Amino acid sequence: MIKVQNIHKSFSDLHVLKGIDFEFETGKTNLIIGKSGAGKTVLLKILVGLLTPSEGEIWYDDVDFRSLNRTGLQKLRMDVGMLFQGNALFDSLSIEENIRFPLDMFSKQTLKEKKDRVNYCLERVSLEGINNKFPSEISGGMQKRVGIARAIVLNPKYLFVDEPNSGLDPKTAITIDDLISDITKEFNITTIINTHDMNSVMEIGENICLLDKGRLAWHGTKNEVLDSANDTLSSFIFASPFLQKLRNAAIKK
Amino acid sequence: MMSQQTCLLQSVNINGREVSFQSFCELSTDIFEKYYFCIMLAELLNSEKSVFYHVGKFVAWHKDIFKRPENWSMYYKEIVRQMYDIGIGSLAIVVIISLFIGAVTAVQFSYQLGGTLIPRYYIGYVVRDMEIIELAATITCLVLAGKVGSNMAAEIGGMRQKEHIDAMEVMGVNTSAYLIMPKLIGAMVVIPILVSVAAIVGISGGYGASMATGALSHAEYVKGLRSFFVPYNVLMMYVKAFVFAYILTSVSCYQGYFVKGGSIELGQASTRAVVFSDILILVADFIIAIVLTV
Repeated sequence: MIKVQNIHKSFSDLHVLKGIDFEFETGKTNLIIGKSGAGKTVLLKILVGLLTPSEGEIWYDDVDFRSLNRTGLQKLRMDVGMLFQGNALFDSLSIEENIRFPLDMFSKQTLKEKKDRVNYCLERVSLEGINNKFPSEISGGMQKRVGIARAIVLNPKYLFVDEPNSGLDPKTAITIDDLISDITKEFNITTIINTHDMNSVMEIGENICLLDKGRLAWHGTKNEVLDSANDTLSSFIFASPFLQKLRNAAIKK
Repeated sequence: MMSQQTCLLQSVNINGREVSFQSFCELSTDIFEKYYFCIMLAELLNSEKSVFYHVGKFVAWHKDIFKRPENWSMYYKEIVRQMYDIGIGSLAIVVIISLFIGAVTAVQFSYQLGGTLIPRYYIGYVVRDMEIIELAATITCLVLAGKVGSNMAAEIGGMRQKEHIDAMEVMGVNTSAYLIMPKLIGAMVVIPILVSVAAIVGISGGYGASMATGALSHAEYVKGLRSFFVPYNVLMMYVKAFVFAYILTSVSCYQGYFVKGGSIELGQASTRAVVFSDILILVADFIIAIVLTV
């Protein structure tokens, strides 16, 4: 479980986050949704410690994130995996070396054990046999899956995913969503996904928080989305004319 | 006078003491000016455009660079890679430039000696000392600032923009140490070797030019090389090589590591890496010359 309390973040005169309180639950796919510029990425970066909040508290289970020194932070980060929007795979390393990087840096396993772990992770994301390829030699969807494999290689307790479906076709996007959802259940981890993809919201949104202009505008599950009377949520979900037509048709019926 | 007549407030009570309104205004203006000056000074020092801001950030950054590595074997591999990239990758350009610098020094000194009573073998002596004291270290490092420095700034800046550095930070890697320390160690080991090569090739270039132009004989050049040799000058060459290697690596990495924005800013950072490294190398050259010779 990750809990944020009264999170504020300002960049000079720009107040991006204005007092966010939310609890991201363990074993569920937690979604942060909202329009571009709502503060989703800033919140995610604050959660993983890439940005420092101007005010507020972050709790990783019973650990106060802000009270950690460098050693404590490093220890906690061993439990964190993250998939970046652009994948952030190291271009000069092969797929195997990319996934093995956290193991090489922190693990005392033998090379064979590390290779076995890499192969298991690749198998888990259905990408067996591409160990020696380089990131530039595989497709965008495969790069996402390699990113997920790298994120789970250290058996994390917390998984952060930034825009997992950006730049992917709808079918591949669904595959990635399902994969993240399955991994969350399988390893009972706290997964936080930052997205504005409606398919993801309706498919895997077990605990959703909607940000609007730096504030928490709504929270609930995918089953509560359609019944909600929240105007901000409705204008976000049914932004496209096509979805508005579908909704009106459903109401008429 | 006018303001005193029209002003309803004649005096102000400050901590039980009556102060005339005019004195109060003068005091307030004085305090305001001092306060305003302090604010302006603080903003100037803290502004990202201020040189003081960057000097402070650069110095403070070293605390992270020299932290204990998470895994020595990973750092060792990176050091070896950097030594190879800097050393082997720059050998050809260093050899070519040093060869011509030595040759030009010999030819031009020969021209300056024309019609004087100074013995011809002094050409060998001057080429040797010019190379050892100044040209090998300074010219080599100015060239390396352009080749290696800009490359380092672009590489690290690219990693920053493609979120590679963020990815490593999230994994728990101390990126300042992992990305910068191996480059510093690699450069400080390899660049003095490249400077030694530059000195030898430069002296050989002088020899080749002297022979080719017939300015002096083999025996004269060798006699010049063997004359008035001061081993302390070699120490000076290595001091310069170490200091310049540190400057060009750390300044270039700083420019890349803290880059913000897109490809234009990355290009600007790469250019700044070369310009600032070159300027600082020349300033350090002057300081070392004073400290070690005066």
